[in-house]
Amino acid sequence: MHTFLGIPTQVLFGQLTLGLINGAFYALLSLGLAVIFGLLNIVNFSHGALYMMGAFAGYILLQVFGVNYWGALVLAPLIVGAFGIVIERTMMARLYRLDPIYGLLLTFGLALIIQGLFRNSYGVSGLPYAAPPIFRAPLQLGFMVLPAYRAWVIVASLVVCLATWFTIEKTSLGATLRAATENPVMVSAFGINVPRLVTLTYGFGVALAALAGVLAAPIYSVNPNMGADIIIVVFAVVVIGGMGSILGSVITGFALGLCEGLTKVVYPQASSTVIFVIMIAVLMVKPNGLFGRAA
Amino acid sequence: MVDAAALATPAAAAPAASSLSVSDLHAWYGESHVLHGMAFEVPKGQVVTLLGRNGAGKTTTLRSIMGVMNKRKGSIRFEGRETIKLPSRAIARAGIGYCPEERGIFASLSVEENLMLPPVVRPGGMSRDTIFELFPNLKERLSSGGTKMSGGEQQMLAIARILRSGASLLLLDEPTEGLAPVIVQQIGRTISRLKAEGYTIVLVEQNFRFAATLADRHYVVEGGRVVDTFLNADLQSNIDKLHAYLGV
Ligand SMILES: Nc1ncnc2c1ncn2[C@@H]1O[C@H](COP(=O)(O)OP(=O)(O)OP(=O)(O)O)[C@@H](O)[C@H]1O
Ligand SMILES: [Mg+2]
Repeated sequence: MHTFLGIPTQVLFGQLTLGLINGAFYALLSLGLAVIFGLLNIVNFSHGALYMMGAFAGYILLQVFGVNYWGALVLAPLIVGAFGIVIERTMMARLYRLDPIYGLLLTFGLALIIQGLFRNSYGVSGLPYAAPPIFRAPLQLGFMVLPAYRAWVIVASLVVCLATWFTIEKTSLGATLRAATENPVMVSAFGINVPRLVTLTYGFGVALAALAGVLAAPIYSVNPNMGADIIIVVFAVVVIGGMGSILGSVITGFALGLCEGLTKVVYPQASSTVIFVIMIAVLMVKPNGLFGRAA
Repeated sequence: MVDAAALATPAAAAPAASSLSVSDLHAWYGESHVLHGMAFEVPKGQVVTLLGRNGAGKTTTLRSIMGVMNKRKGSIRFEGRETIKLPSRAIARAGIGYCPEERGIFASLSVEENLMLPPVVRPGGMSRDTIFELFPNLKERLSSGGTKMSGGEQQMLAIARILRSGASLLLLDEPTEGLAPVIVQQIGRTISRLKAEGYTIVLVEQNFRFAATLADRHYVVEGGRVVDTFLNADLQSNIDKLHAYLGV
């Protein structure tokens, strides 16, 4: 058997892949948080609940409407994104002039309500969601065997993250978004509808969470607590990467997933806390996070 | 019988020659009442200045016209249409371009992105080529960061980007503040070129010698209202009064 630093390579690569998969979800979720925080200046505490809603939307679309995985991948983000837009228009829009703590309380409260509603209807035991048949056969990579669905999740997440980064950094829509983040009053004075931009941005961030939820459904079972479990780690990722940094949140998401995977190999006991240890270390050296700008 | 449609047209609502007409304008920063009945007219195609000491209310007047003051009252008519209740974006879309005192260049945008940010709101805006002809320095710096340029270049960018949009009225807040004499001259030439092209301009200036080379009319602002006005042609005969107003 091959080994690397005394660790069987099969085990090492297996854990690193698991880490990459977790990292893919951290990246997608922290990216949405960063996009929302950048423009709205609100820490979206309901992000985990919206991710869970995405997974449930996929599940319900399949069970009730017979919509398959690919349909759900498109529809669930649209449905949950539209739900986000309604929330933003009817509730969050009233809070922008107030202290950010109100936005935090609102989104936190919403998360509890959404989770409670789903727990009431679906209980807490996980619901199964099968990966589409095309991903049944695992990929033989030579040095390891990789379940095809997991490979797909990593690729899909990377593509979505990069496309989002490209849109924000390289297109005129992205330039408008960056300008509105920097100085919304000036952007309005050029005739741009900033409130609509804010609404669409929130909808987009929410849609990213829902997309992550659908991607996650075949890997983790669909259950009302899935968002609450992952979001704590995602917040740590966001703090490490630096609030509001787009590329930072993506890189940090994948890197921390890998760190977790590595820790599982070398010191499994610490695997669930390693991210928080890194967070404390980073905060001591760089209080604005690795990629964050000074406030 | 009176024709209602005719009454609703801009021509019926204000003198056709007026681009902007401000009357009894009041504005507040929170509780602090800053404008106390500002009133002035800007005829189409003219350059009009607001002169006055620091804190007189010149910037606040422009901010009120642009709709970025949260609390404002009175009347601001642009091309015959009342805008006092409109949000800032609607005022911009009506055809007013704003170059603020602090320039408002975006640090997270390149020079090109800054230039292309304002949407075209009406036909007849300047082409990129004409803009680069007016501001050759900008063409060379398109990919640099907006705030990586010198103060003069940033000022030019701040003026250049409102020319593409098709706005017919430009509000320029102290475009020469803190700039070297050669740059001030270049900006002066640009403003007279804009005037020749038919733009209407409200120019806020501390430097009335500079203003005198461009303006048709001056309004003296003090304590949040206009306290005096004279034609540029009458500047010399009013020079002592003006010195007293401006404390120079
Ligand atoms: N953001 C603000 N909050 C409270 N008061 C303000 C604010 N900005 C300006 N003021 C006050 O409003 C008054 C008018 O200010 P304004 O900026 O309009 O003057 P100005 O004529 O443009 O002066 P300057 O020549 O210095 O630019 C001043 O008394 C100023 O202190
Ligand atoms: Mg001023």
